[in-house]
Amino acid sequence: MDQASGSKAAGPGLALPPKLVKVSGVLLSLALTFLGLTAITFVISRVMPVDPVLAIVGDRASNEVYQQVYLQLGLDKPIYIQYLRYLEQLSRGDLGTSIMTTQPVIEDIKRFFPATLELATVATLLGIFVGVPMGVFAAVNQGRWPDHIVRVVALLGYSAPIFWLGLVSLLIFYANLGWVAGPGRLDVYYDGIVDPVTGVLTIDAAMAGEWDIFHNALSHLILPASILGTFALAYIARMTRSFMLDQLSQEYILTARVKGIPEFQVIWRHAFRNVLVQLITIIGLTYASLLEGSVLTETVFSWPGIGQYITNSLFNNDMNAVLGGTIVVGACFVGINMLSDLLYRLVDPRIR
Amino acid sequence: MTDSPLLRVEDLHVRYNTPTGIVNAVSGVSFELGREKLGIVGESGSGKSQTGRAILGLTATGGQVSARRLEFDGTDLLNADTRTMRRIRGGCISMIMQDPKYSLNPVMTIGAQIEEAFLVHRPSSKAEARQRTLDMLSAVKIRAPERVYRAYPHEVSGGMGQRVMIAMMMIPEPDIIIADEPTSALDVTVQLQVLAVLDDMLSDRGMGLIFISHDLNLVASFCDRILVMYGGKVVEECAATDLEQATHPYTRGLLNCLPSLDGKRDELPILRRDPSWLTDAGPVE
Amino acid sequence: MAEGMTLRGWLLAEVPNSKWQARAQRFYIGWLEFRRNPVAMIGLLIVLGLIFVAALAPWITFSDGLEPELSNRLQAPSAAHWFGTDQLGRDIFDRIIWGSRITLYIVGLVTIIVVPIGLVIGIIAGYLGGLVDSVLMRVTDIFLAFPRLILAMAFVAVLGPGLENAVLAIALTTWSPFARIARAEALTIRNSEFILAAQVQGVGTVGILTRHVTPLCLSSVIVRLTLDMAGIILTAAGLGFLGLGAQPPTPEWGAMISLGRQYLIDQWWVPTVPGIAILVVSLGFNLLGDGLRDVFDPKSGG
Repeated sequence: MDQASGSKAAGPGLALPPKLVKVSGVLLSLALTFLGLTAITFVISRVMPVDPVLAIVGDRASNEVYQQVYLQLGLDKPIYIQYLRYLEQLSRGDLGTSIMTTQPVIEDIKRFFPATLELATVATLLGIFVGVPMGVFAAVNQGRWPDHIVRVVALLGYSAPIFWLGLVSLLIFYANLGWVAGPGRLDVYYDGIVDPVTGVLTIDAAMAGEWDIFHNALSHLILPASILGTFALAYIARMTRSFMLDQLSQEYILTARVKGIPEFQVIWRHAFRNVLVQLITIIGLTYASLLEGSVLTETVFSWPGIGQYITNSLFNNDMNAVLGGTIVVGACFVGINMLSDLLYRLVDPRIR
Repeated sequence: MTDSPLLRVEDLHVRYNTPTGIVNAVSGVSFELGREKLGIVGESGSGKSQTGRAILGLTATGGQVSARRLEFDGTDLLNADTRTMRRIRGGCISMIMQDPKYSLNPVMTIGAQIEEAFLVHRPSSKAEARQRTLDMLSAVKIRAPERVYRAYPHEVSGGMGQRVMIAMMMIPEPDIIIADEPTSALDVTVQLQVLAVLDDMLSDRGMGLIFISHDLNLVASFCDRILVMYGGKVVEECAATDLEQATHPYTRGLLNCLPSLDGKRDELPILRRDPSWLTDAGPVE
Repeated sequence: MAEGMTLRGWLLAEVPNSKWQARAQRFYIGWLEFRRNPVAMIGLLIVLGLIFVAALAPWITFSDGLEPELSNRLQAPSAAHWFGTDQLGRDIFDRIIWGSRITLYIVGLVTIIVVPIGLVIGIIAGYLGGLVDSVLMRVTDIFLAFPRLILAMAFVAVLGPGLENAVLAIALTTWSPFARIARAEALTIRNSEFILAAQVQGVGTVGILTRHVTPLCLSSVIVRLTLDMAGIILTAAGLGFLGLGAQPPTPEWGAMISLGRQYLIDQWWVPTVPGIAILVVSLGFNLLGDGLRDVFDPKSGG
């Protein structure tokens, strides 16, 4: 006789063994990919033309010192032993020492990363809260002028070189209109007053009750976040539109209309609900790509984040710093992508 | 059919503009429907589904609907405003689609979807809506209504999904149901069950039915009257019992193609199409 | 061809008489479909314009854009210098035009590297399946999962700055999606009957892969390539902006923006104009890619 198929509870169960298998599959994938990442950075570190020993001891050291450091770095061991040693160091969080700052790279990164996080997070939020409604609006009005406008804006948003967009926006909004503060995170005047608790200036200033500093930090943040956010917005709007169009052509939308439901409900309660799950993946992807996209934005706005750190280290041949930063950003990238993949599988009631 | 017709369709046209020219999906269809079962039979592209959508004002974008008259119970459907149409959809005229795999919202529970259909037309408390939904699920012969209420569409079988569909479309108590290929996606045994459920509900409530299908046999056995459509036009209109006396060559062709248990035939004939069927006017009303 | 039949008639005939006619017909119908999309046509025009301008560079410029002319520094746009001059007195219009060659060079070089690698890896993985597939896909995923710009920067760190190295770095980070696409197509085709027929006829695996599988994968890869090309151009410009791409005095557009950066406020045209050029070209490829995708795979929406 007809019965609700399957012996599982109705609705999206979260604690089902098959799901657990899926989750561990994704985690395994993550581990393997990260391993591959380390392999690439390891290869790069061994292939680069800068002698790691000389970088530490300088070119006026004696042969003995050179030999000492050579052995210390384990450069005489076979390559796979070196790789394992490398992995072991990574697991301890040891990314080597920066030549520029003479600090452990991991400490440098801890100092610079929150700035990038701040930028990327605000930019992504902008992208979501402006981009998603834009995309829905365009899909609902497909073929009419709102659709065209949204498509053009989105197209321009991700066709424009982000660093150029940053420069032009500085020119207009800072130099000419004076609406926002200029490059940098904070006016020099305010530097060092607020204790870095989270490393995120706006939060720290708010927590300390220093509202002047908060406003200043905000006015420095808003332009680079908007520029980076434009890119996020363009992508999210476009994908949202695409997903919505796809859903709006499905049969169940016809069913909903047949039921006599107001169009507003059809769009949001039915079509958009089905898009939500896919949007999670998109937002994850966007956030991850903003982490690396901030490299260029940080350069333009002199924003002291990890992008600037890597770039400066590159020019100073500070390889430990470059590779350390690469690993960290790469790990975040991989991690976020995997996370959104996981989330997707857990939230969609159709994935068994 | 003694009372005045519920639905009046006169000279309905549905046209689409395509890059290769204008496509006439429906060209000059006319009929009336009372509290009876009317079947519309035709092959793909004959315009039968388009007719159903046009009645509900749900023709796809790009399509233009025109008619001399398109009326439900005195209300003009052609020029009605959005509010009127929303009231009529679901509340007066409803439609059952072919495949519950696609026609039900995959991320909403079945119970929620049926409740929604109810609450749109009869605003009431959540509790009442829930009770009505469960009652409706029982009425369509679903054994464990509580469980199905909480289930998602992909968790139920095809036959059950169609019964859910019937429940959902009947709960606001419309006067007419349009069933667009309601059993085409189902196994034969399940087809009969679903049709039985549909039949019961129709006669209990005294509703009108438009049954759209490509299956002539099925329509002939289930419906009271039959319209045969070809190329966007009605080529035959008769009572189901009079089907054997059909006159139009297309209908005769269809009848001849059907294998039957009585009588022996060496070869099953193939339907030969005459291009004149596309241009001739339909049967005289 | 029947007597008196026009070219258009031949192209729209119901039944093609030869393989070439069938191919030409598909192309023509695709072209008609493409032509209906005005936005895609704009994209095509822009890309063609780029090629055109790059080819005719010697004839439409007044100089080679490389010689400094310090008496002419930082001139505003005028009749003599349509886009003004830069900090070394070079005509910016000329430099933009010559820069288009570099852009085209980047596009071409990346294509030549990425398409064969992606196709080969994807088709082998999809067709052979099993362990080969798993290993190749794992490698592909690793490169796919890596942030493109950062990885390119790391590669340039090893190889040293320079246009070819930047292109190589970009290519190394961009081939993954094509391998995925080729693999997906190969998987679908692998079990087709015509492949079986070819095998029965004695065609070897290599032959099947080259003559049957590859052409079918090609169209999807080309569409994706066009769509990704804008991103590639932007990444190359980004590397140029960071000083890791083409080195001065080469008129690469990204590098031009970087060098002109300090003149942003008073001589805005120096860094702004090259950016507009990048925007236009990137836009062109995006529009073209969208149009191609609508023709080949209309259900992807967007």
